[in-house]
Amino acid sequence: MNIAATADVAVQTDWPNAIYRTLKAHGVSQVSYVPDAGHARLIELSHGDDAIQTTVLTTEEEGVALSAGAWLGGSRAVLLMQSSGVGNCVNMLSLMASCRIPFLTLVTMRGEWAEFNPWQIPMGKATPQALEIMGVTVFRLDRPEDVEEVVSAACSLAFESDQQIAILISQRMLGRKKWTETK
Amino acid sequence: MAQPPALSRREAVKALLADRGELLVITGLGSSSYDVFDAGENPANFYLWGAMGGAAMIGLGLALAQPKRPVDVITGDGEQLMGIGSLLTISAKKVVNLTIVVLDNGQFGETGMQTSHSGLGARLDVIASGAGLRSVTEISDMKGLADFRPRLRDIDGGPRFARIHIATGHVERALPPRDGVFLKNRFREHLGIPVR
Repeated sequence: MNIAATADVAVQTDWPNAIYRTLKAHGVSQVSYVPDAGHARLIELSHGDDAIQTTVLTTEEEGVALSAGAWLGGSRAVLLMQSSGVGNCVNMLSLMASCRIPFLTLVTMRGEWAEFNPWQIPMGKATPQALEIMGVTVFRLDRPEDVEEVVSAACSLAFESDQQIAILISQRMLGRKKWTETK
Repeated sequence: MAQPPALSRREAVKALLADRGELLVITGLGSSSYDVFDAGENPANFYLWGAMGGAAMIGLGLALAQPKRPVDVITGDGEQLMGIGSLLTISAKKVVNLTIVVLDNGQFGETGMQTSHSGLGARLDVIASGAGLRSVTEISDMKGLADFRPRLRDIDGGPRFARIHIATGHVERALPPRDGVFLKNRFREHLGIPVR
């Protein structure tokens, strides 16, 4: 067992591509994000797809409001962020609850597994509760082979049953942070 | 020399929304919602009663979903200040059918008329330009409003930003519906999306 092996498993299964395919199958046509290394591949796939409007945000709560506007206009949106951004969304989530607007966010976790940065730990630990206090249903994604099933179930609950859903992608599945240098 | 009297917010919004055509309108919480409601109830209005700082981003999501309809966000200086980063996001996305109109009285009206950052010297029009918005307009009289109004109905040439200098002081409240589910369903039905 070593660090590289964990990372390789994730690469081999190409789980970001599986997320992308599942979101497409559920008619998602808007993606917004605050960048995260764990979401890098999905962000790239989204930007490369002319059928998806992809929006980079300055703060995560913008993506909650964007998702609401998309739904008012008949589109399905997904917000990508890291666990450190979840707290920024708390008040804006009242919009989704008050108007019963579908919401789906995919959250890459920090501060829970082999974390090297202590500053990530408080928000990482509080992430599920921060979502739940606002009425968001929290799913965990721990294994790449479960991606399609979990994302598909979340899409149905959100877009067909008007629920607010967060999928927390575990840090163990993401692998240890590797510094990404400029290409 | 005396300044010309600032615009009445009710008259300004009424003038802006005259002959609104296909316009879809999102309103920021508080007085902006009351102004738009007072100008004429319409299923193509979505009034916010919360979500402070979110109006412009709701407008962006809507404008991307409905590229053939002009979308206008009408909000106040306080609401826009809370979501100031959204001006950068909207500019970066280069959405052409969106206009953000800020009714600027330099005060937080809903909470007792405390002076806002705008009232303390921040220039929202300069910030909008700095964010890179394609078109930025300053409006301080009825002629300026009349000149700007036709552009609200354009589905290209955006994203646009307009700062309307309005008078301070209390205006009688005009309260739109508060039920978010009702407002959502009414809005979507107006767009031909079946309510299930």
